[in-house]
Amino acid sequence: MSATTRDVQMAVAAKARRRERLSPVIWVRNGGLAAVLFALPMLVVFTAFSWYPIVRLVILSFQHTNLIDPPTWAGLQNFRDVLNDPLFATAVKNTAYFAFLALIFGYPIPLIAAVLISESRRFRGTFSALAYLPVVIPPVVGVMLWKYVFYEPSSVGLFNTVLGWFEIGPYGWLQSPGTAMPALVLESTWANAGATMIIYLAALTSVDKELYDAASVDGAGLFRKIWNITLPQIRGVLLVTFILQIIGTAQVFLEPYLFTSGGPANATLTVLLLVYQYAFGNSIGVGFGQAAALSLMLATFLAVFSVVFMRVTRSWSTA
Amino acid sequence: MNPKLRATTLAVVVAALFPLVGAGSMATAGKQAKVTITVAALRPGSSDEAKKQFDDNVALFERRHPTIDVQPVEYAWNGATFAAQLAAGRLPTVFTVPFTDARTLGEHRQIADITAAVKKWAYYKKFQKTIIAEATTSKGRIIGVPYAAYAQALHYNRALFRQAGLNPNKPPTTWAQVRSYAKQIAQRTGQAGYAQMGLNDNTAGWILTTVTYTLGGRMERGQGTSATATLNNPFTVQALQLLRQMRWTDNSMGSTYDYTWPTINQAFAAGKIGMFINGSDIYTFLVQSTDLDPKIYGIAPLPLAKNKTAGVLGGGSIAVVRPDTKGTKLDAAMKWIDYFYMEKLVNKAAALRDARILVANKQPVGVPAFPIFNKKQYDQANSWIKPYINVPIGQMTPFLSGVFKQNLYPEPAASTQSVYHALDPVVQAVFTDRNANIGELLGQANDVAQKAIREGK
Repeated sequence: MSATTRDVQMAVAAKARRRERLSPVIWVRNGGLAAVLFALPMLVVFTAFSWYPIVRLVILSFQHTNLIDPPTWAGLQNFRDVLNDPLFATAVKNTAYFAFLALIFGYPIPLIAAVLISESRRFRGTFSALAYLPVVIPPVVGVMLWKYVFYEPSSVGLFNTVLGWFEIGPYGWLQSPGTAMPALVLESTWANAGATMIIYLAALTSVDKELYDAASVDGAGLFRKIWNITLPQIRGVLLVTFILQIIGTAQVFLEPYLFTSGGPANATLTVLLLVYQYAFGNSIGVGFGQAAALSLMLATFLAVFSVVFMRVTRSWSTA
Repeated sequence: MNPKLRATTLAVVVAALFPLVGAGSMATAGKQAKVTITVAALRPGSSDEAKKQFDDNVALFERRHPTIDVQPVEYAWNGATFAAQLAAGRLPTVFTVPFTDARTLGEHRQIADITAAVKKWAYYKKFQKTIIAEATTSKGRIIGVPYAAYAQALHYNRALFRQAGLNPNKPPTTWAQVRSYAKQIAQRTGQAGYAQMGLNDNTAGWILTTVTYTLGGRMERGQGTSATATLNNPFTVQALQLLRQMRWTDNSMGSTYDYTWPTINQAFAAGKIGMFINGSDIYTFLVQSTDLDPKIYGIAPLPLAKNKTAGVLGGGSIAVVRPDTKGTKLDAAMKWIDYFYMEKLVNKAAALRDARILVANKQPVGVPAFPIFNKKQYDQANSWIKPYINVPIGQMTPFLSGVFKQNLYPEPAASTQSVYHALDPVVQAVFTDRNANIGELLGQANDVAQKAIREGK
């Protein structure tokens, strides 16, 4: 048999095998249909509640609507309106400030708490439960608790009562542009630190105990062990919680909405609160296009930031 | 089953069903189909007595109109949720909106055009022109029925007045007196002498506008999208300076500067506020939703500056119909509006019926309001219900004897909420920064308001 004939025969056989692989019967017999059926509920749910709204949001960002008449195309007008709005810069600045404060105070606290709790032998469960408790409290209840018990501006507020013992205050914690945002960050840290701490506690269990033993033999103290063993060992988790925190704080809404409505004098107006104000601040709802445009801008920024962050930190997060 | 048997069975079944079908059709023809409408009822959190009073009215209406089924739903106007409710088709058939919003909603066709139905009413021509104008679009379409009007007023706590050594029958008549009384109350009682709404939800701007009107200023000139914003007029500056003096110089405003509509009413009812500005009709809310002791309640007209343009900002409520209501449903909706909101203002029997239901359920009768039609009609309606008036009318004398001598002016017509919203941060800045640059802040607010007016928002 010549080489050419053999090549032709091999090509025909390969084609037949490919056809066999692509045949619906074979696909079903190999479990393809079952896989699709298993995935179908998830696909339906995601399409209905995630992808379809995302597509609608993108479309809405290029439209004008009053919720009664058919929407009209607006090109990039909604984006221009947002960028020309003086409150846009204020909202971006405030959101960045919130994220910065949350990073400074909110990021290390769960880590420190997790390390301390993991070091505790006897009351580890109790401490973990206590630290996680604020997460269980409904967010609105938590905000109301802080607003009317801790931050109450008169002398009967908890913080003001304590300060009153030293003849200081009372202070309107939420009513001063200088203290309003830190007050929001404090409550937010209290409310959310427990969830992050649980992640760190889980990560800490994966650190090889022999490394600590070896370090002890070498005479390393607690801080040396944390710096040289714990943090490097859980750096993958640390990077993930970092990016999650940035995404979470960029979307902060609950605290400024419930505590201050963005005041005083727009000192706590965040990007998401501005989105809300565009959409619902005026009863006629004509700002839905701008709200969609700003949402899309925020989502795009976060997506790009996340990709860049993951790229930059790829080498750090692997052992 | 063989074909013959199947055919026979089919014939029997069809024959058996025929009389039923016929009977059903006859029943429908003999009895008119029932129309169901949902109607805005009381605010969430209202007392059981208030709910009972509303249900009694519904029962009476349904007896009078057996083909209409009325389903009350708890309701409080909220601009933030209106758009969402509209988009989701969750609005009641009949609901109420403040004067502030009605025209804007009408211009955007977000509430039904009820021109034809309203013009059929015998009392249509009796509406005060300025009042019906609040429910009329720039194209002359009527989009609601104004049923209650109020003037902004000064509410004061008579007990705190007494405690501070002030005469509760002689409330302040000038802004200088308001300031000195507030200082005296704060110093002698430890409570806020004067408080003002200050939240970033348009209420701060609303009350600043109210004070500006009393000094003679206006927030805009002209109509529609061509109106000119005039937020930075000298009277607004004067109103903010007064606020700054009470807040920072006199320290007479207590420690809470982020009150909004319900919270300032609640704080007043709790005895924490000496004086504050709100609509003249809030006594009903104070009774239905707070634990107000009627003995402490006092109301006075707002002090007016001595110039020609000084006046009182008015407001009110308008009954409206959701935009997709048509045919028999629209007829039913209009009948409900006529019965529940309007009849008692023009018909003695209806006024007495309403007053009896209110009294039976321990609800206030005789709350100070402003005439929807004319003063004569208003006085007549009040004379019908005189035996049932149960509000502390003596404590309301300063208001009732003074307000009708004042000029009542409507809210800024163009982009009302946006104008108020632009002013919110200015008020908050004065509350929170002793050295706030009022001129600069008002300039910025004016630009924001002008942009909103131009864009029709």
